Formats: sequence, C-alpha cells, structure tokens
Amino acid sequence: MPALRPADLVIEAGDYVAVTGPSGSGKSTLLHLLGLLDAPTEGSYLLDGLDTSTLNDRDRSALRGRRIGFVFQAFHLLPYRTALENVLLAELYNRTPRGGRVEAAVGALDAVELGHRLDALPTTLSGGECQRVAIARALVNRPSLLLCDEPTGNLDSRNAAALMELLDQLNAAGFTIVVITHDPGVAAHAGRAIGISDGMLSERVRAGHAGAGRDGAGRDGAGHA
Amino acid sequence: MLGPVVMGPVVMGPVMLRSATGLPWPRLAARDAAAEAVAGIVQRPGRAALTMLGTVLGVGAFVAVLGMTATGAGQISQQFTVLEDTMVTVQDNGPANDVAPPDANPAIGFPADADAIARRINGVTAAGVWWPVSLPQGTSFTGSLALSASASQTVSLLAASPGAVQAMGLRLAAGSPLTRYENDTRQHVAMIDTATAAALGISPARLASRPAVFVDGIAYTVVGAYSSAQRVVTNESAMLIPERTALADFGNPQPGIGNQQEAQLVVATRIGAAQAVARQMAAAELPTDPSRLVVTSPPNPQNLQSEVSGDLAGLFLILALVSLFIGAVGIANTTLVAVLERTEEIGLRRAVGARPRHIAAQFLAESTALGTLGGLIGTCVGVATVVIFAAARDWTAVLNPAYTLPAPLIGSVVGLLAGAYPALQAARTSPLAALRHA
Repeated sequence: MPALRPADLVIEAGDYVAVTGPSGSGKSTLLHLLGLLDAPTEGSYLLDGLDTSTLNDRDRSALRGRRIGFVFQAFHLLPYRTALENVLLAELYNRTPRGGRVEAAVGALDAVELGHRLDALPTTLSGGECQRVAIARALVNRPSLLLCDEPTGNLDSRNAAALMELLDQLNAAGFTIVVITHDPGVAAHAGRAIGISDGMLSERVRAGHAGAGRDGAGRDGAGHA
Repeated sequence: MLGPVVMGPVVMGPVMLRSATGLPWPRLAARDAAAEAVAGIVQRPGRAALTMLGTVLGVGAFVAVLGMTATGAGQISQQFTVLEDTMVTVQDNGPANDVAPPDANPAIGFPADADAIARRINGVTAAGVWWPVSLPQGTSFTGSLALSASASQTVSLLAASPGAVQAMGLRLAAGSPLTRYENDTRQHVAMIDTATAAALGISPARLASRPAVFVDGIAYTVVGAYSSAQRVVTNESAMLIPERTALADFGNPQPGIGNQQEAQLVVATRIGAAQAVARQMAAAELPTDPSRLVVTSPPNPQNLQSEVSGDLAGLFLILALVSLFIGAVGIANTTLVAVLERTEEIGLRRAVGARPRHIAAQFLAESTALGTLGGLIGTCVGVATVVIFAAARDWTAVLNPAYTLPAPLIGSVVGLLAGAYPALQAARTSPLAALRHA
C-alpha cells in the first residue's frame, strides 16, 4: 500500500505552504521526501531545479545540509550544548569556513531574537525559546527550503502564536517554508494549504494568495513507501 | 522545471569538490571531529570517568608492572656488596697424585710470579697469594721484652704476598705495607691489626722505634699497623708476614680445600669484572694443571634478579592485559549505549548534512579520545605507583621511556578497537527512525 499516491506538487521560491492531514495520511512520508531523508519509489523530486532522485547519498547529504533547514516538533537540540553551539552544529559538515561560523550562528540567533541567550543551555530555555534556537539552526545556512514538522506541537498556545509570527516574518523576508501540521490554526498562516488524506494530495486555493505557479522550487513525484 | 531559489550568497569553504549538485561534498574536518569528541567526553565527565576506568587500570597496571620490574632489577640487593662482587678466590686443592714425602707438604700450586700473572688479566686491580700459617697449639704472640706484654686473644698468623696485602685492602693506621723487597729477601717483618697491636703494647706512634713481635720464638719487626680490611682479614685479629718468609720459617702449607690451611689467591677486581676474571684465572695461573686450582666467583647478581622477577612480572602483565580487555569491553559497552541513547542526535546530524561516515568518525573519535585519556591517566597512575613503591623502599625508580612514553597509545588502540562496532551501528542508524518524534 503506497504511503503517497502519484501527485504533482510545485512549490515556488517564497511560498509558504501548509500540509495538513490526519495521522497516517502520509504527512511524514512527504516530509521525508521533501527533506531528502528518503527517496521516492517512483517519480522525481526537483530541488532548485535539480533532480534529486538520481543523486547518491553524498550529494543528497550535501543538499540536505545546505539547502534544507529542518525544524522538528521535538526541537532535537543537543542537551549539553549551548544555544550557540547547537546552531553551530548546522555548519559542521558543509565546509563553512571556520572563521565565519560563529558570526553566522550569532546572526541566525539574532534573527530569532535570541541574541541575548547565546550561552544558555536548552534545559534553561523555555519551549518557545528552544524552538527558536532550532529555527536559527535551520536558518544559519540560508536554505532554499525551511521544512517544519509540527513546529508548534510541543508549545503552549502563546508560544505557538509567537512562533507562527516568526515564521510569517521569515516568509516575508523571502524564505520558502513548508509546515507540516495537523493544527488548522497553524495552517491558516500559510499562503497555500495542501491537504493529505490516505496518501492523496489536494490543494485548496484561497483568495488573495497566488496558487500553484509554473516554476517550482520543489516538485514531488509519487511516493510508494 | 528550472527556477532556482536564490537566497543570497552561499558561503563555501576554500576547497570545493563540486558534485552534481554544484555544492561541495559534506566533510567533517579532523579538527572538528576532535572537537566533537572532546565535547562528547567533557559534557558527561562522570560517565567518561567510569567508562575509562578499565583502561586506566589496564594501562596503569602495565606501566606499574614494567616500572616495578625495572626498578627491582635496577636495585643492588641487600645481600649484595661491592666488595663481595669484586672478589675472586682461587684455592689450591693440591696435586692430583701426592709426590711429596709423607711428612712434608707439597709445594704450593701457585707459581712464584702468581701475583704478576693475575695482575696481567684485564679487570684485576690487585691479587696475591696467602695462607694461614699452621702453628702448634698454644703458640703465643709476645711483644718486645721491654714491653713484656702478650696477646691473650687468638691471633692468626697469615703468610701474604705483597699483592695479597694490596688485594686485602688494608687501611693503614701507621707504617707501611709489606713490600716486594721484604718478600723476596725473606725479611722478618710483619703487619698487625691495631687491636692486636694495642694488646701487645704497640701503639701506632711507637712504630718508628721498630718494635718486634715474637711468634714461636722468631722475632718479626712490625712495619705497619692496619685498622680495618676489605677482604680476607675483615673481622679477625691477624698478623701478616711475607709469603716467602713464612715458607722459609714454617714450610709449605697443607693443600686441599676444607682443611682451612691451603694456599689461596685473593683477587680484587673492578666492579663487574669478577665473572670474566674468574673464568680465566685457573688457566692463567697454572696452565699445566688448571684443575688443581678451584676458582670461586661471586654469584652473578643479574642472574639472581631476573630469576626472581621474571615469573611475577609475567603474571602481572597477564593481569594488565585482562584489565585492558575489560577496559575495552567497558568502552565498547558505553559507546554502544551512547549510540542507542543518541539516535536523535544522529538523526539531527544527518539532517544537517552529515554522512554515515561522519557519524561513524564522530563516535570512533569519541571512543578513541576516551581511551587515550584513560591511557594518559593510567600512565600517570602507573608512574606514580612505581615512584611511591620505590620511595617506600628507598630505591631509585627506574622507568624505561621506551615502554612508558607510548603507554597512552595503548589506551588509544583500546578505544579505537572498542569504538569500531558501536560506530558502525551509529552509521547505520536511519535518520528517519531517529527523527520520528516521541
């Protein structure tokens, strides 16, 4: 039984896409495909116009480290490392010159308004702050795609609202964002809403937002996981 | 389907191995891997300490055992004395078939120039023939009639060549030792120890007045008094007279080991030369019948020590190997647990661009660093043990740098081997499984 049925999805630069659907609908599979953590069984995934389905692991790792920024529900911050060190981790494997790493990481933390908590350990940060550190880590390489998996899942409503506001700002600053969520309130922030049900993708076109365009930053083929 | 998203300048490293993606391949610089490994250890110091305990003990035991063995072997044992180790004794066991008349002793086995022959052997500092002169029971040693004193204590009368006097290492209190001239011309002269001299009423200051001692009615002029001796006459009262004077006055000594009367050659050697000198002595002195002479050399101290320490060191080295093995298992176990514990971290690292080999390298670097640290601490513990052990016995600590300096590397190897399997497991961890939220 395929997790995702054949579908065409074009995400343009600057798009803000929400993917919603109940558990087991294929959201995670889509996340893994978009995040280059998994390859589609059939079809192709073009990132920045580059067909990723023919790439080897080394190139996929390079793309993942450079062009995709992950934000997870559980934050996945290393508990014994400071906010700054957690952000620096994203620059470890992609040949960022050593001299520029701290500057870039501090810049990313400034962008999420955590410039004053560089040396704080995750255990001393609130959930909202942790998620902002995670976003800074995702942003530090200035990725083509910011991939958020239930970013507000572990946050209370006040922190969730603040986080959505941050994502809105990032989108306004030009970042392409895909948010995978089951929360309609979170999805409402996005310009485009993709629904998944039983592996079927569908898009609801909303007034006031540009819908599917011709050129795509990402294109997802059918996945049979 | 082209339309790249341009998100501003992308900064890349100086070395850019571009792939199909136009991006440089992911890389984990050695310096970064080392920093990650150190961070992994420093962040959990308690766990790190427990993990490396086995390696610390193993390497520590290794260094300590080798150090203590070397220290023990380097010591001069308590029984060992320099004087003993520099003395060779040659005894005259008599001729194979007795050709002497029944009531007389055969000629002594040593040639007339025995002293000179021995001196020609490399390593000999002094050598000479001597023997205890056999005196009838109750023979008294009497001082000058003017002094009218006699020694009541037992005094031995020894015949000694000038070389023997030298080899005995006498410390002169007054006068001079017996000379070659006195020996060659059979002078009636003698040396006595200061205790006997005092008993006979001869003080060192009075030596200039040529006092005599009468033995069995024969007068011997005392030319020298000695206060102590290094060999032969170390703890007895003795009167030394020239060898040839003794031959003339008292006849040949009785040969044969065990009768305590046989002629002997006392040889003083340089330190360490005794064994080599002993091997040459019999053939040099009596080439026609070397088996007549019985050579006694001090036990080789090196043989003794290696016999004593060999078995024990082997046992402890096996123990050290066992603890190293336990250390390796400990590191392997902890690293494996850490891999399972840190699947999330592995997934995250994969998400930020790490390749499986980078994950493996990180865990391998961590276990190797842990092993190296354990090895370093173990080496320190081992060295400290040896130093304390030596200090407690007033010994000099001996540590062979060839074993001690590379000892921390044993820990590195243990860590590297122990980390291999967990690192492989870590590299195989799927990022999907790792990032699945709890």
